[in-house]
Amino acid sequence: MRIALFITCVNDTLYPNTGKAVVRLLTRLGHRVEFPEEQTCCGQMHLNTGYRGAAREMARSFAATFDGFDAVVTPSGSCAGMIREYHRGLADDGGFADAAGRVVPRVYELTEFLVDVLGVTDVGAYFPHRVTYHPTCHSLRMLGVGDRPYDLLSAVRGLDLAELAGSAECCGFGGTFALKNPDVSAAMCADKVGHVLETGAEVLAAADNSCLMHIGGALDRQRTGVRVLHIAEILASTEEEPA
Amino acid sequence: MKVELGMPTFPQAAAEAVDDAQLRHNLRKATHTIRAKRAKVVGELPDWAELRAAGAAIKDHTLRNLDTYLERLEAAVTAAGGHVHWAADGDEANRIATSLVRATGETEVVKVKSMATQEIGLNEAFERAGITAYETDLAELIVQLGHDTPSHILVPAIHRNRSEIREIFLDEMAKWGRPAPADLTDEPAALAEAARRHLRERFLSAKVGVCGANFAVAETGTLAIFESEGNGRMCLTLPETLIAVVGIEKIVPTWRDLEVFAQLLPRSSTGERMNPYTSTFSGVTPGDGPRDFHLILLDNGRTKALADEVGRQALRCIRCSACLNVCPVYEHAGGHAYGSTYPGPIGAILTPQLRGTTTALDASLPYASSLCGACYEVCPVAINIPEVLVHLRARVVETHGGEGTPGSGEPRPTTGARWGLVRTKAAHSAERAAMGAAGWVFADARRLRRAQRLAAKTRRIVPKHRVPGPLHAWTDTRDVPAVPAESFRDWWARTDGGTR
Repeated sequence: MRIALFITCVNDTLYPNTGKAVVRLLTRLGHRVEFPEEQTCCGQMHLNTGYRGAAREMARSFAATFDGFDAVVTPSGSCAGMIREYHRGLADDGGFADAAGRVVPRVYELTEFLVDVLGVTDVGAYFPHRVTYHPTCHSLRMLGVGDRPYDLLSAVRGLDLAELAGSAECCGFGGTFALKNPDVSAAMCADKVGHVLETGAEVLAAADNSCLMHIGGALDRQRTGVRVLHIAEILASTEEEPA
Repeated sequence: MKVELGMPTFPQAAAEAVDDAQLRHNLRKATHTIRAKRAKVVGELPDWAELRAAGAAIKDHTLRNLDTYLERLEAAVTAAGGHVHWAADGDEANRIATSLVRATGETEVVKVKSMATQEIGLNEAFERAGITAYETDLAELIVQLGHDTPSHILVPAIHRNRSEIREIFLDEMAKWGRPAPADLTDEPAALAEAARRHLRERFLSAKVGVCGANFAVAETGTLAIFESEGNGRMCLTLPETLIAVVGIEKIVPTWRDLEVFAQLLPRSSTGERMNPYTSTFSGVTPGDGPRDFHLILLDNGRTKALADEVGRQALRCIRCSACLNVCPVYEHAGGHAYGSTYPGPIGAILTPQLRGTTTALDASLPYASSLCGACYEVCPVAINIPEVLVHLRARVVETHGGEGTPGSGEPRPTTGARWGLVRTKAAHSAERAAMGAAGWVFADARRLRRAQRLAAKTRRIVPKHRVPGPLHAWTDTRDVPAVPAESFRDWWARTDGGTR
């Protein structure tokens, strides 16, 4: 199976450790990962802000870059959701429907890939901390990943999984929403932060670093001491190489 | 739907609402209560997904054949002894309704809760013509007595708590009719009793009733009205003349189709298994109810929305307000911030289609969402609200000058000199430049690599707590993430995927 990593522009630029964790994890599970260097961005920020033309060109480039792989794995529920929900429509407009038709069904968010394609829930990880999990809107509602992340986290040795109240509620990030509607965004974030603190967790995990950047930015600003971590980094963590 | 000059944009109005602790408390309590009730009664139906699909399919079929069903409805209503009038916009509907009331010689009407009449500002039009309209739905009464505007489709006074309602009743009821008792408490039963006595006199004296409709059955010419109090039924049966203002998208083809919506609507809106008061009537029946019935069919932007392949799904809406109750943006911003009869997620896609996106307020509505998708999940007719929001955002960008490239200069001027236009132009210009630059970088992996290296080099000078310019919106409440010394792609190239 030829596996490509779609790192996403946000992870590539700001969260390289998440990408390294995906590579380490999949390698540990016996797979070779390729990184097509022509990749850039799925186009979500542009599409969601109203710049459909620019988004279409990014979707075109995405299809060309990943055509030919058996699986495209991405550590972002939001980018996977964007690709699955909108790339075919953009491809119809842009005349690359064939390539998109081949690539889109092969794109998996990391936890989907682990559970559905590789058929594992115990990935041999060790992470002795109290963790709570924010399921993120696009993982939850666009992809419908359901219990997969919880099953994976529950199998991690030493991990104490704390239930997060109001987990299905949006954290208020929403891409450029956080800048266009900063007051509402911050108020939504404050609710999420409150629920995270109620759990007494040391770590807040999610399958999207963009949401974690938002919630983590508020957790840091309030000096709560709670750290945020992508689920890939927890699943890659071992006694020898702790996250 | 009128937009007043000087109305603030959604972010501006929402910022005020976020600061109002009482409002946020009221909204949180109310929306979370209805949300939980809805989830419970929807969860107990094993065929909810099929019902939802059926609701969407009936609406889509009707909208595709709207011309046929409208004519069928007109014929059936006329055959049942009613009169049908056609109104292209709100002004025309108001003119027709006003002249119908004048023809009766009356100067007072009682009203059933109706979104369509709010959309067109019928009460205000009546007032200008010397006709007083009395709202009889309890929450609409609270809003009217409080000189207020509704902030929710189903629960118009959701922003008020019971002690505020007590104050309004004590201060205002006497000016309109029977006063509230001087010893009125804020117990729900006491408040309801005061309203009941106040309204009862109104029902018994009114000669003209005004209503909307939840559904209009084309086959039989029947209007169906779903309400919780029975006050609507009083208005539908006691007056001699009844005037209904109904949006053209409210049609269902057959009586049998109501079966689907009679299940979808109450469970989605009030969280009840069955609607308490469902009134259906067809034209006039001698000796029973109004002697004169008029149906005003209202377009007011609906055919324009129908012409939009993506946007038209908004016309499936049955006004249940499940999307409002589940929306975290609505919960924090409140209904008034949407500046429209239709607040919340459905308002954010309906208002810009009915009114257009030329004003600063209307152009801000498609952005009043984090695209979390909770609204789509609960919508009983499966309106993909996030999809329509994204679609309308592209329209806003086009309206304000199209997708630019970096350095493409000034945006094309927008029409209409309105408050906030200059600010909007500047904001759009800055956004377009940023989006253009980002698009240019993302168009080529080599450019992205160069941009990342530049960010890594300058990472020490990016402040964590306070960034100048438009990004202060982020750093007012959140720290900025630290830029790593090396991007993932540089790490991959340097270590050959971690193998070196």
